[in-house]
Parts: sequence; C-alpha cells; structure tokens
Amino acid sequence: MIRVEKAAFRYRDDWVFRNVGFELAKGQTAAILGPNGRGKTTLLKSIVGLLPLATGTAETYGRIGYVAQKNDLAFSYRVLDIVVMGRAAHVGMFRTPGLKDYRIARETLERLGISGFAERIYTQLSGGERQLVMIARALASECEILILDEPTSALDFSNQALILEVLGRISKADGLTVLMTTHVPQHAQQLADMVLLMKGAEDQDWGFAADMLTEEKLEALYGVPVKSFEVEHQGKTASTLVPLFVLRPRPSPNLP
Amino acid sequence: MSIANKTTAPARLWRFGLWGILVVLLGLSILVSLGIGRFGVPIDHVFAILLGNVFPIELTWKPVEERVVELIRMPRILIAALAGAGLAVAGSALQGVFRNPLVGPQIIGVSSGAAFGGAFAILVSESQVLLIGAAFGFGMLAMLVVYTISRQQGRASILMLVLAGIVTSAFFSALVSITKFVADPDDKLPAIVFWLMGSFASSSYEKVLLIGIPVMLGSLVVYLMRFQINVLSLGDEEAQSLGLKVERTRWIVLVAVALISAAVVSAAGIVGWVGLVIPHFARMLTGPDHKALIPAAALIGAIYLIHVDNVARASIAAEIPVGIITALLGAPVFAYLLRRAANKGWSSE
Repeated sequence: MIRVEKAAFRYRDDWVFRNVGFELAKGQTAAILGPNGRGKTTLLKSIVGLLPLATGTAETYGRIGYVAQKNDLAFSYRVLDIVVMGRAAHVGMFRTPGLKDYRIARETLERLGISGFAERIYTQLSGGERQLVMIARALASECEILILDEPTSALDFSNQALILEVLGRISKADGLTVLMTTHVPQHAQQLADMVLLMKGAEDQDWGFAADMLTEEKLEALYGVPVKSFEVEHQGKTASTLVPLFVLRPRPSPNLP
Repeated sequence: MSIANKTTAPARLWRFGLWGILVVLLGLSILVSLGIGRFGVPIDHVFAILLGNVFPIELTWKPVEERVVELIRMPRILIAALAGAGLAVAGSALQGVFRNPLVGPQIIGVSSGAAFGGAFAILVSESQVLLIGAAFGFGMLAMLVVYTISRQQGRASILMLVLAGIVTSAFFSALVSITKFVADPDDKLPAIVFWLMGSFASSSYEKVLLIGIPVMLGSLVVYLMRFQINVLSLGDEEAQSLGLKVERTRWIVLVAVALISAAVVSAAGIVGWVGLVIPHFARMLTGPDHKALIPAAALIGAIYLIHVDNVARASIAAEIPVGIITALLGAPVFAYLLRRAANKGWSSE
C-alpha cells in the first residue's frame, strides 16, 4: 500500500508540486500522467525515499522495487550479476550473494521469459531487453510495491506490448502494488485501476482510471484536443484516446 | 546447468585460470628480479640461496650474493609487490565506488594529502610509525575535503568530484612546498624530495611489515565489500533504491582505500598512475565484476611494480625514482584510455 498525504516538493523557491495526496490499496495499479516538468519523477523518487519531501508524508508498506527511467551503466556487467544486485537488501555488509540469491535471480529471469539473457552483457542489450532486465532486478528483491518511471518510453510498439504484458501478468500473479508514470494514456487504460493527473503545482486529480482518462480531463491536462474512440478487434471492444493533432493536414512537401 | 549456479563453468575456469597464471607470473617475477640489479646474481644462485633457507645445501654462492638477495633485494621486491597490489586494489575500489573507470587515488586527493602528511612527518621526526600515521591522517583528510566540496544537495557528481580533487591536490601540493621550503637543505630537504619522487631503495623487512599489514587489511576489507562495490557502481540512487546503505558502504570502502594509499605512500613515496591504469587493464581481462577484478588487479599491480622497480635500479648506474617511470608509462596509457572512454563516464554524467 502507498499513502501520500499533503506531499510538497520545492526546487529552490518554486514549488514543483503541493498538496499531493492519494492512497493506493495493496494489489492495485496506478498511473501518473502529466506534462513534462510537473514533478512526476520527483514524486516517484520521494515515495521511493530517494528525495526528501518539503512537507507532507509518503508512506509505503512493504519492500519497494524501483525501475528508474535511465538505465545505462558505467560498467558492462553480465545480466545475471545485475539481477542478483536486486538482492542487495538481503545481503549483509561484508557479505556476498549466496546460491539462494542466484537461484532467485535466475528464476526471476525465467518468469520474464529472458533466462537466455543470464550470461549476456547488459550494455549490449537493446532498450526493451534492458527494461526487462531492470524489471527483473526489481522483482528479484522480492518487492511488494513496484514503482516504475516511464517503463515504456523509448521503446518500439512490440517492446511496449511486451513490457505491458509482463507488468500486467506479474502484478496480478504476485499481488503487487504498482505505481508508474507514463505519457501514453492507452498504457494507463490497459494497466491502471487508479490514475493521478498532475496538471499544475497545486492542481492534481486522483480517481478511478475510467473517470480520469476522459476527453475533457486529458484535454485540460495537455492543452491538446483529445478524442475517445471505441475500437473493435477480434470480437472485443475497447475505448482508446487519440490526440487530435494527428488529424491535422501535413505540411505540403515543397522542400528544396 | 543447475539454476542455482553463480556462473558458468567456462567463466569460472577462466577466472581461476587467470588468477593461477598471474600467481605463477608473480612468483617468476620475484625470482628473476632477485638476480637483477647493479650487482647481478645468476638465477641458479638465487634458487640455491632461497632453497638454502629450508634445506641444507652445499654453499655454491658467495656470501655477498646471499646478503644482496636476502637482505637487500627480497624486502625491496616484497614492498614493490605490496605497493603495486595495494594501489591496484585501491584504484579498482575507487573506480567502482565512483562508477568511473578513470579515477585513481591521485585524482581524488588521497595521494597529495598523504604526501603532505609524510613530508611533514619527515620534517619533524625520524619515526616511521609517525610517517605512516601522518600520511594516513592527511590522506583521509584530503579525501574528506574532496568529498565535502563535491557534494551538492546530498550527492557528488563525478565532474565535481574530479574538480574538487584538483583543487584539494593543489592546496596540499602548496603545503608540501612550504614543508620543503622550511626544511634543512642539507639533511631534511633531500630526504623529503627523494621520498616524494617515489623509491623502494631504502627497504627493510621492518618496512615490509609496516606497509604489509595496512595494505593487506585494507585490501581484505575491499575484497569483502566486492558485492557492495558492484552495487555502488550502479550509481547512488539505484544502489539506495536496492536497499544498500550507500553512505556507510562508501565510507567503509574509502577508509580502506585511504589506509592502503597512505601505507604505500609512506613506504615508497608518490608512485602515481598504477591505481589508475592497472585496474583498467585488469578489467579488460576479467570484466567489471569486482569479485574477479580485485584479485586480478592486485596480482597484475604487484607484477607491474616489481618490473618497474627492476628498471629503476638496474637500467642506469644511478637509481631512477620509481614514480618517474610509472608516470612516464602511465600518462600516455591514461591519455589513450581517456580517448577510448570519451563517451562514457564523466561525459555522460
């Protein structure tokens, strides 16, 4: 469970956000949406405990696994060595991970369908593969809360689908509480029970995903007209949200 | 393959194989080096002299050869090996903790602080224990200063760290200059100058113990922390989010590094570039996992400094300060590594 009350963060003299409050129940998934620079990452880091809040509280109940937005490394470690670092909280000072830790790391890779990566070099993996490894590392910590910062950004369609599928499957199977930021409303529609919209420093909206992911709310959030469509595919219907700038005529191709 | 395996059989074979080869090379280096110097001793005599310690062997060598090998060269070679191993371990740990393959004890101020401590100790006393104590104290102080300057809002960026290192080194270099300025030019000044240039010339078994204990102790701590150094090398935020006590872990490693560096500086002066270049070279052989890296770096560092010291004492009639040779070799290698790593480390910070 995550409980945030009257949280505020200040950067020098400016409030990044104030009065943020929500309660995410155990086993639920929440998505945070908002324009760049509204403090989504800052809020996540405050909840993880990496940044101190100016006022207010962010309480979490259970071990947190955190998947940051940046996932580059200074050294080219083997994937298994990276995932086993997820066990750091279970390994005492002056000690090293034991066979049990390596077993858990390998099992986690297997669950995500990437056991073949174990001996590969992390820095040689593609963006989607790296993201899976980072999720595996978080899960190897046996976390109860999973916090992800834009887990699907910079990924192609197939990798987006893969990450969403993995997150949906794992969170359900393990009863994980999941909190993630995203710029893609469809991803929130697919995964989230609850949604937090961060409009301005003092203007946030928290509620059920269906109530938050509407034409009006997203238009107000991004300042771009948004339209909701019903889509039918293979006998199933779903609603999806499309920004209307995609309908604008393209500039005529009179390039030199 | 069992799911509980830590690594694959070929990887394990390579790791232990490499360590084995390096141990053999180190042994051979020591043997060969015992014969090298202005007073050459044939290798079969070296063998016989060493075996003569354990078995009753007929005296085939001259007594002077035995004195040179056992009382002069052996402690000198052991100190060179300990210094090389210590500096390489210290460098490996620093590069991991600061997640940059291009830092070393010199860059983060430890060496210059220790240099001032040592120079000051030579100025005011003859005591070896004071020398090592002052070198450690000021090495640690310099590192603390660098760390404090470079931290902003609770974290230290790598660029700030390096710049703070330059500032601190400049300050302690000025203090060293003051020490030299006030030193007696007939007695203390030459002692300080030659000590600073780095040399293994005045080695004894007493000194072997004096440097050996802190180097071994510091290296043991670093090796025990090999997994924590791995985690720290992911960056502070990542490490903290994984549940590592970042500050405490880093301080344990840094104190161990300061202990090693100060011990080496007090026994041999400023021997630069070893802690920077050797870990990088070792990493090419072992990969970045500090479990494999630290022992390999220690062995390669030991072998390297033994041979550098061979050059120092045997290449020309006079003794060349070791620090000069390591700098002549290290600087170009560092320049090469810097260009190769131009898109990693600091520039991506």
